[in-house]
Amino acid sequence: MSAAGLHRRHFFCAILAGWFALGLMLAAGAAEPAGGIEVRDGWVRWLPVGLPAAGYLTLVNHGDEDRFVTGASSADYAQVHLHESFTTPDGDARMRPVSRLRVPAHGEVALAPGSYHLMLIDPKREIGVGGTATIALRFADGTELEVKLPVKAPAKNG
Amino acid sequence: MARLRLLAAGGALAALIWAAGCSQQRAEWALTDLSGHLPDLQFKLKSASDPDLMAEDFRGKITLVFFGYAHCPDVCPMTMARLGQALHALGDAAQGVRILFISVDPKRDTPEVLRGYARAFSPEAVGATGTPEEIETLARRYRVAYQALPPDANGNYEVMHSKAVYVFDGAGRARLMISDTDSVAAIDHDLKALLAEAKP
Repeated sequence: MSAAGLHRRHFFCAILAGWFALGLMLAAGAAEPAGGIEVRDGWVRWLPVGLPAAGYLTLVNHGDEDRFVTGASSADYAQVHLHESFTTPDGDARMRPVSRLRVPAHGEVALAPGSYHLMLIDPKREIGVGGTATIALRFADGTELEVKLPVKAPAKNG
Repeated sequence: MARLRLLAAGGALAALIWAAGCSQQRAEWALTDLSGHLPDLQFKLKSASDPDLMAEDFRGKITLVFFGYAHCPDVCPMTMARLGQALHALGDAAQGVRILFISVDPKRDTPEVLRGYARAFSPEAVGATGTPEEIETLARRYRVAYQALPPDANGNYEVMHSKAVYVFDGAGRARLMISDTDSVAAIDHDLKALLAEAKP
């Protein structure tokens, strides 16, 4: 093969690789997809008249290093906040924002009623029971994980 | 001296609770016995279907009273779901029970919002609220704490609120307290006992 042919081939491969990387980035909302994280038991508790809803899921880290969720966003809701419910010493209910949620290496963390949850504010479209809400979780390493959560009736607890 | 008075007061309260416990013929409650510790059910509030919702409207029904707010995404729905499940498990007998969700956030929770909210959990659930003064008086009467916290950059705000649910019998007497650790089975057990009491 001539030198010119070799160059053409390199050029072609580079274009192909570029397109592939761009495709991955588009699929994950422009960030690199988060690998090694598995999502289990995801659901959203539907509430009527567009009231803020809660999203729940368990994140399982199959990797050797701790991962940290630092935020979340969604095309389905105007705002998504990572919160934790807690009880004051007087027995009253409170919530606090969580800026860094640890998913331990070879471990898991549960977002579940009464504890960590995604607060989903202002649905941008009609999201009903039986539907699906799509949420993107951001990790501290810049990667992103898109999760699809089934929307369930409010009278369930899991 | 002050310490002594406090001890004496504490002793008297303990004796009172003990005496109240002894006077109860049936002590096999799964929930916390509140008898004699809270005033009878009394209020005037607003619901979507009744601008003058009164405690008298709930006479003859066992009423589960919960102070919360509809913009609370996690704890309030979790509690309402447990109450709704307990009523669902009662079958037709659930018609003798009402869930009364009282919003401590009257600024955002209109009676219309509360109607949709309550019904999402049970056909026997009623959502109500009142003026800030009415809510304050009612919360003080039942020793319920609540406080709206400063809003965030988006204008969202959280309301700290009590987690307890009070159970009043058909005569409006405070009988039991449901805490967030009580199971649906425990709630059902005691609701059945209260419903059986009401039968002649």
